[in-house]
Parts: sequence; C-alpha cells; structure tokens
Amino acid sequence: MINKEVDTIETALNDIRDGAVIMVGGFGQAGSPVELIHGLIDQGAKHLTVVNNNAGSGHVGLAALIEAGQVDKLICSFPRMAGSDAFGNLYRDGDIELELVPQGTLAERIRAGGAGVSAFYTPTAAGTLLAEGKETRIFSGRECVLELGLKADIALIKAQYADRYGNLTYYKTARNFNPVMATAASTTIVQVSKIVPLGSIDPECVVTPGIYVDRVINVSTPVHEALLVEQGCVYP
Amino acid sequence: MAQRAANDIPDGSIVNLGIGIPELIASVIPEGREVLYHSENGLLGMGPAPTPEQRDHDLVNAGKKMVTAVEGASFFHHADSFSMIRGGHIDICVLGAMQVSECGDLANWSTGDPDALPAVGGAMDLVGGAKQIYVLTQHCSKKGKSKILQRCSYPLTGKGVVNRIYTDLAVFNVEPDGLHVEEIAPGVSMGLLQERTGCSLIYNERRGITI
Repeated sequence: MINKEVDTIETALNDIRDGAVIMVGGFGQAGSPVELIHGLIDQGAKHLTVVNNNAGSGHVGLAALIEAGQVDKLICSFPRMAGSDAFGNLYRDGDIELELVPQGTLAERIRAGGAGVSAFYTPTAAGTLLAEGKETRIFSGRECVLELGLKADIALIKAQYADRYGNLTYYKTARNFNPVMATAASTTIVQVSKIVPLGSIDPECVVTPGIYVDRVINVSTPVHEALLVEQGCVYP
Repeated sequence: MAQRAANDIPDGSIVNLGIGIPELIASVIPEGREVLYHSENGLLGMGPAPTPEQRDHDLVNAGKKMVTAVEGASFFHHADSFSMIRGGHIDICVLGAMQVSECGDLANWSTGDPDALPAVGGAMDLVGGAKQIYVLTQHCSKKGKSKILQRCSYPLTGKGVVNRIYTDLAVFNVEPDGLHVEEIAPGVSMGLLQERTGCSLIYNERRGITI
C-alpha cells in the first residue's frame, strides 16, 4: 500500500541532518509552509543551506529559522523585503552567506535540478555582476551564461489538497515555487490543508503528481505568515 | 508619464508592469483596449486591488501586494511563469530605472554600494526575455542628476535591452545610432532637455517634434 501521510510534523522532519540543503516553498508570505518551518526550528538542524525567493519577514517562518542561527547560507533572488531584518543583520555582520540569483534563473535552476538537467545556458544576467566568473557562450548572436541545476536534500512545501499518493493541488498565487521545488529534492515534505480520499482529485487537475512527494502532513487550519507578521508574533 | 506610456500599449498586449510608477499604467489604459497583465509570481490576468471582501493573502502580485484575478486568469508555478518571460512570450515589460544609457543599457537593481543588501528579483530575466522593454522614470534623480546617460555607472541589469524611455520631460526611442527624441513634454525646450540629459540626443524633424 502506498500511503505518504505522516501523523506529526515531528516525525516528518526528524531525519533532517545538520548541513542539509533545504528548499522552502513560498513567495514572500504567500505559500510559505510556516508550520513545517517552525517544526524545523524545534527539530534544531544547523548549518543549513536554504533556497527560497526571499529571506522571510518579521520573526516567524523563514525569518525565525534564520534568527535561530540555523542557516549558514541563503540562495535567493530578493532578500531585501520590508521586515527582512533577520537576514540583513546577520548578512551585514558576515554571519550568513548569500548567493544572489535572478528570480527566473533560480526557478529554472530548480526545474533543471528536478528534471536531471545538470546545467543550461541563458541570456539572463549576461554582461552583469551576477555573471562574473561564470562560463559564457554565444548562441544566435547572444551572449549566454552557464547556470547549474539546483537540487536539495529536503523540500518543505505548502499545498492545498493531497491524497495518500501525494498528488497535490495548490491555492491561487500560493503555488509559486512550491511545485518546482517539490521536484528537486531527495525528500519532499508537504503540509496541506486537507488530505482527501484517493480519486477525489480529478487527474486533470493534479498540479504535482505524487511521484515527487515523500511525506504529507495534514495542517488543517494553517496560519498565514502575513497574519503572524501583522500581529507581531515571534517564534518560538 | 504613466498615461503617455499607456497610450503606446496596443490592444491585446500581454504586459508585465514593474513595481512602483509602472504599476499606475494599468489604471490609465485607454478605454476599449483589452490588456492582460502578467505577474511573475504566477498569475496571468491580474486585476486591480481587492475590495475589503476580496482581500486574500494568497492572491498577491510580484510586489507582494494583494490583487485580484480577472475572468479568464490563470495561475501557474514559478518556472512556468519565467518560461513566459524568458521564452519571449511577454509583449511589453515596463520597468523603473536608476540609470539608462544611450545604447539601451539599464541599471535598476543596485547602486553598487557595498554596504547595501543586494537584491535583484526578476528584473534581469524580464529585460532579457520580454519582446519590448519600456522604461518609465523621472528624468533626473532626487539629487537632480540625469538618469539618462552615455554610460551607466551603476551595475547593469541588462546590456542594450531598453527600447523606449518615458520621462517627465520626453519620450525617447533607443536606436542603433543613439537616443532619438520622439516627443517633448509641453513647456520643455530642446535646450532644457539637452541640459538635463547626460548624453547627446538625436532630433528627427520628420517625427514632427514641436517646441
């Protein structure tokens, strides 16, 4: 029998090791798997490399993970967001490393990682600071930069519905990086608002097929990061 | 400025609007034109800001502000969204600028200040991928320095990527021989425009510029 449902967040996260590369879904506050991130803070793994578009906000979710000192390196496109002080402070003190990647290159590197593509050429960033030190080649008269596919040990994903095979659907723009990251990690851990019976998700509507998913946790009333930040919440 | 740029967006266009002044364009598109807005976080068919009842923290734009989705909109993941951008499927992208050069180089992500936290977002993908890049910006910085220059001194977002520039003083076309003045704002003389611009300008009488 195939059943990817796991009973507790603690069980789902307990084998994450120090030094792991972790992709965290979400774009800003939309689609951020807050309960899983808080579970990772409780679990305590350190020296992590985190891949996310941003650097979290307030003192919850990804910002709280960074504040807890668990992240050595962030791979992202836009760490400068209102309320991203957690990252900014550590960065200025030289206590966290940043790999800045154009947003589309970041998405494509993750897609490539998940699709078994080791590297690809793109005109994005050619002739800019972000291409310095990278191989370039001319295609159809345009300078292109060699970018490497990106894989992770773990992906922490937020979706709306799942079945026990791990088929997933998403909600509006909370989808963002989640389906791409789900493909690129050795272990993909998903929090969903509801686990539904097999067959109740129309196969035409499955966004992430269960092949990419390892563990599914039911978080039936997820708190939205935007509301936690508005209320000034601090985790833990 | 936004109004002037909006006039140049044809009916049926797929448009990506950068954060800030470019966002104003959506509210001043001439009546009768159907324009579809792409938001790079994963929405094609972005609508206006929500009413209090429509507010949804999971329906946001690239600036993380809450928006709505129009009838006929679609949601997609980030790699698909940037395939639309990088694959050349977006007709026009309108961006703000710190500096633009006479050969269409754009600088809009960093001043190169080593103390500043670097952040780039999707700007480099947009300038490399959209079919047309329009820049919408004040002609001069807050300190009064021209943003239209022979060469950008700030780190580039893209080289030779800008097609048109709309400022509070004029509209320019970037062409192989340099910056062509397409239109001058009412009350602005050629002398004043040149004085406030950091590169030489090409005037083309054929285009019927009136001073």
